[in-house]
Amino acid sequence: MAWYAARRLLQMIPVFIGATLLIYAMVFLLPADPIAALGGDRGLPPAVADQLRAQYHLNQPFIVQYGFYLKGLLTGNLGTSFTQRPVADMLAQAFPTTLKLASMTLVIEAVAGIGVGLWAGIRKGGIFDATFLVISLILIAVPIFVIGFAGQVLFGVKLGWVPPTVGANVNFKTLLLPAFVLATASFAYILRLTRTTVVENRNADHVRTATAKGLKPGRVISVHVLRNSLIPVVTYLGTDVGALLGGAVVTEGIFNIPGVGNLLFTAIKRHEAPTIVSVTVFLVMVYLISNLIVDLLYAVLDPRIRYA
Amino acid sequence: MPDAPQTTYRPGQAHFFADLDQTPLLGAVDAPDETSAPTSLWKDAWLQMRSRPLFWVSAVLIVLVIMVAVFPQLFSRTDPSFCDLSRSVGDPRAGHWFGFDFQGCDVYARVIYGARASVSVGVLTTIGVTILGVLIGSAAGYYGKWFDIVLSRVTDIFFAVPLLLAAILVMSVFSTHRTVVLVAIVLAVFGWPQIARITRGAVLSVKNNEFVTAAQSLGISKPGILMRHIIPNAMAPVIATATVSLGVFIVAEATLSFLGVGLPASVVSWGGDISRAQSVIRTAPQLLLYPGGALGLTVLSFIMMGDVVRDALDPKARTR
Repeated sequence: MAWYAARRLLQMIPVFIGATLLIYAMVFLLPADPIAALGGDRGLPPAVADQLRAQYHLNQPFIVQYGFYLKGLLTGNLGTSFTQRPVADMLAQAFPTTLKLASMTLVIEAVAGIGVGLWAGIRKGGIFDATFLVISLILIAVPIFVIGFAGQVLFGVKLGWVPPTVGANVNFKTLLLPAFVLATASFAYILRLTRTTVVENRNADHVRTATAKGLKPGRVISVHVLRNSLIPVVTYLGTDVGALLGGAVVTEGIFNIPGVGNLLFTAIKRHEAPTIVSVTVFLVMVYLISNLIVDLLYAVLDPRIRYA
Repeated sequence: MPDAPQTTYRPGQAHFFADLDQTPLLGAVDAPDETSAPTSLWKDAWLQMRSRPLFWVSAVLIVLVIMVAVFPQLFSRTDPSFCDLSRSVGDPRAGHWFGFDFQGCDVYARVIYGARASVSVGVLTTIGVTILGVLIGSAAGYYGKWFDIVLSRVTDIFFAVPLLLAAILVMSVFSTHRTVVLVAIVLAVFGWPQIARITRGAVLSVKNNEFVTAAQSLGISKPGILMRHIIPNAMAPVIATATVSLGVFIVAEATLSFLGVGLPASVVSWGGDISRAQSVIRTAPQLLLYPGGALGLTVLSFIMMGDVVRDALDPKARTR
């Protein structure tokens, strides 16, 4: 297991370097001159522009710029924004909010998705099953910003149950509606995944044996059916953790949540190249690590899987 | 010959029933008819699909959406960009069933004309990712060795960068020239890894078949075998995934337009209209619901179709 984890960590290195190079190239290579764009129509004073260029090594060849960036990254330096704020500080400020939102979303989608999926799978073909299959299709098809706006107007403005936007006061109550909105699509996927695997496992030999030897139906479902059905669901949740921690650009925008997604989108709009690169690199890192954790979790859920 | 009691259709196994009097002891002899033509995967899939109501519902919806996208003038005679501020957020009236938006444009006409942008981005992007993904995935799977190692790592790199994020980044660089084709290219450049992974897996399972060995022994070149024998046999899972991802790319385009980095305001698009409905959402939520509903219905029809196609092309999933 430790051997496998080490090998996977080694495999992550080329992917990480490649992804940072790709992101760096997208941000610093595509616009003709990120510094010139900063000044707007009037332009920066030449002295300031030259100083910024020197600070970000923009007067050197691309690959040298990237080398300096990678060197900073390896020594734990995420760089500073064009406004001279350390990117690490901005991330440290925004990340706890995103973490809160992501964990609430994850709990909602996992509990509701697995619960409903399990019930629908057990009663396959029933009215509950049919209803939730249709609901899940609709939730997958309607884009998150439509659901977000509809929820904001209905629960935030018309009914007044929760505040319509989050703003500065980030707490459980204000994040509740955004978490539900963010959970909708994943809830639908988890529901369908759980239902499919439960239907498959329900007729498996070991489940028939468990029933035949007189186990209580509740125990058959919870131990013999559910545990075996969770493997694909855990895979999905793992990729979703990566996506959620990356900050939901759209949801954070609609509800004005000061998280990572908002930080990134503001940086993109202001052409804050150093911030964009470092935040995106951070997200890629989170994604790679959450994938690794999921792969290691497999062995816990399914003892047949051995890592050599 | 009496009617054969064919309750289920077994492809490639049309059954032959002998007359009763010829076989007095057994009553009837049931044997596969060796002369019946073998059924291909595609014909089998079609027979399976056409018996499902979901297929017909989504097919009708998709045909309708494509008709609207190609010939919008058949469905609305109003010019979607003719706007009159005096009827801003006006109520529905004869000839203007959905009312007017904030700028005083006819909402129904905008919903109809908005289909073209969404559908063309969806179709173009899907074509793009399928070509890129199939080329890269099949090369990695078929040639193997270091080719596979390099291409799989490149796929991993692109997979690790979130699609929407990369698209926002690149689109924000192009403040002008934002067109349907540009959005499709950007989405395709970052959207291909999923198809590539699926193709690679399918090619790996196909390439050790006897017919591939037979083709090799006939002296067909490697690219020839790949193009004529392996890729056609590995396409089934790719097509199922591509159908679903068409819906996903339509949502991605709408999200980009919604965030203001997609299509410009001069192009009528659902995402853009939803974005503009934002400012008057408290007083006129219907402005959100019409384009949002049209977008949802379009995506829903492609997702349902993808589900049906996958079920039909994947015999393992079908038995459930």
